[in-house]
Amino acid sequence: MAADSQLITKQPHKPKLAVWKFASCDGCQLSLLDCEDELLLLAQEVEIAYFMEASSAVVEGPYDISLVEGSITTPADLLRIQEVRRQSNFLVCIGACATAGGIQALRNFADVSEFTSVVYAQPAYIDTLKESTPISTHVSVDFELQGCPINKLQLLEVISAFLNRRAPQVPPHSVCIECKLKNNVCVWVAHGTPCMGPVTHAGCGALCPSYNRGCYACYGPKENPNSDSLCHWWEQKLGANKSTVIENLRNFNALAPHFKEVSEHRERGDKA
Amino acid sequence: MDYLLHASDLERLIQAIYKDGYQIFGPTINDKAITYGEISSSADLPQGWTDIQEGGRYRLKRRTDKAFFGYAVGPHSWKKYLQLPHRPIWKASRQHQDIEVIEIQETAPKLAFLGVRSCELHAIAIQDRVLTEGDYTNENYRQRRAQLFTVAVNCTSAAATCFCTAMNTGPEVKLPSDLTLTEVIEGAAHFFLIRSGSASGAQILSELSLRPAGMREKNLANGRVQQLDEEMRKGPRHFDSSDLKELLYRNLDSPSWDKVAERCLSCANCTMACPTCFCSTVEDTTDLSGEHSERWERWDSCFTADLSHLTGGPVRSDTRSRYRQWMTHKLATWQDQFGSSGCVGCGRCITWCPVGIDLTEEVRSIRDLECKQAGSQEQP
Ligand code: SF4
Ligand code: SF4
Ligand code: SF4
Ligand code: SF4
Ligand code: SF4
Repeated sequence: MAADSQLITKQPHKPKLAVWKFASCDGCQLSLLDCEDELLLLAQEVEIAYFMEASSAVVEGPYDISLVEGSITTPADLLRIQEVRRQSNFLVCIGACATAGGIQALRNFADVSEFTSVVYAQPAYIDTLKESTPISTHVSVDFELQGCPINKLQLLEVISAFLNRRAPQVPPHSVCIECKLKNNVCVWVAHGTPCMGPVTHAGCGALCPSYNRGCYACYGPKENPNSDSLCHWWEQKLGANKSTVIENLRNFNALAPHFKEVSEHRERGDKA
Repeated sequence: MDYLLHASDLERLIQAIYKDGYQIFGPTINDKAITYGEISSSADLPQGWTDIQEGGRYRLKRRTDKAFFGYAVGPHSWKKYLQLPHRPIWKASRQHQDIEVIEIQETAPKLAFLGVRSCELHAIAIQDRVLTEGDYTNENYRQRRAQLFTVAVNCTSAAATCFCTAMNTGPEVKLPSDLTLTEVIEGAAHFFLIRSGSASGAQILSELSLRPAGMREKNLANGRVQQLDEEMRKGPRHFDSSDLKELLYRNLDSPSWDKVAERCLSCANCTMACPTCFCSTVEDTTDLSGEHSERWERWDSCFTADLSHLTGGPVRSDTRSRYRQWMTHKLATWQDQFGSSGCVGCGRCITWCPVGIDLTEEVRSIRDLECKQAGSQEQP
């Protein structure tokens, strides 16, 4: 939630919106383009001042709202994110890369120079940092919208909230609550399918459990998660082995502090 | 007065209720579980199926007979039809300086529930007290509830997770219901005992023109229910609940809360599945223009941080305090607040807890730890 002192006052000019890309797949920005009908409404309410995915026309900053997609992985981006912060009144991180380092943060658990030497013919040309880090490691952020990719309706909700000076309705509770609201049968209890839902942030509408799949934790950890207990049950009762458990903590949100911590002590073999 | 309804006539009963203009909901198999859904004929019922339940585990299994009601309660409770999971309350729009607020009112449907268990009638009675008899009433609930028609079923088999005998809420139906059934299968015979508990129930019965049940049929039916009652009282989840309130009030600092907090995921499945948990929140939203806004009611739970969020943060930020809130509310503070226990012993919170946390075990653990502490204090 944003601090009061930063609230946008209804200005005579339209608020300026910028969309920035760092290391990412563009999927979260695409959710904005995917809004279709709502995009026209959005264009009525804000000036889309910087959005390379949609238009190469650039209106100069400062910007009222910046949506930041992607993680920081290069020395150049280390500097660019500082500039984005300076130019932005509100900075909202969107997606798993920006909020938790993304899938590229798997490098943080290994040696990135080894990866580049295997993948690239001329690794010397690769100028990359040892680690992929979320935006909040480098600058202060006003809101983090989790998800891989984010839910476009939640994105509109966050933008509406910032435009109208109210708290966004993005509840940080479990996917299980979404499951129950949808009247689903729990795949964990009724089918014995391992599911990350009980530790995962709501937002997707319990998409996978609704199709009889376990949740993959695309939306990252929920508020007050307890993955150690979840992993214990997976191993003891649902027949999951240690590597499955660790892989599920290290999908798209491997660097989210809670998932990182639990995956590391599961790897070492110690309990919570 | 008990009447005899042949199993093959269950369909006639359903059609008679249907003809009276009710939308009928009842048990039906969906995604490998017996859930509540819309029923249009007896063929929709899970005939010949039962459920095997334990903490964190639910499986369907074929029965050796053709019973229509040979299982216990499933993942869903009737509350989803009475206290809706998510509903709009009002919408507002702004024109210049005026704000127009429109309350959103639905025309409540006429609902009939088929196969309501004794514990569930108790749960509905508890929700009635909470949502219609207090200072803050839920009008949508009241309207849906007012027209409700119930066909209760005496339980003749229970799940391992059931503990209604401990909570004095079953397995025998004792609360009023429009109609109440007891299913009997004896050799080749398959019938129901049926009785009415209201004028509309009696009306349906008269349309079916049934003959009164004989002594033998009554004895068979009552025997089944009594037998289950006795078995459950000997089962591992039966316990003496008479001093629960005092027990929990004495033990707000029991080390037991720390132990359960290590396992609990604070996922809220227990409260969502519980037929009496009534907590909901309101979500206020605007559209992009800020000219239109809406308020929605949505189920919430004491396992979320948002439920206890006040200025400065949540009152219950850790799992220990959330689990303690849930259990002490269900079993103790509910009694002071609403004059009865908030738990009817249906066992849903046990089965549908992903990590199988068991309310009855937690009660025992608190009691045992208290005894142990008392014991160690006596020895100098
Ligand atoms: S299916 Fe998964 S998300 Fe849904 S209630 Fe079960 S554990 Fe939770
Ligand atoms: S607390 Fe558990 S056993 Fe008691 S009524 Fe709720 S779900 Fe059923
Ligand atoms: S136990 Fe929790 S969710 Fe249930 S009614 Fe009480 S406070 Fe609400
Ligand atoms: S708790 Fe009792 S009344 Fe409820 S389903 Fe089980 S046996 Fe029947
Ligand atoms: S008791 Fe079980 S179902 Fe309830 S919040 Fe804890 S882990 Fe989830």
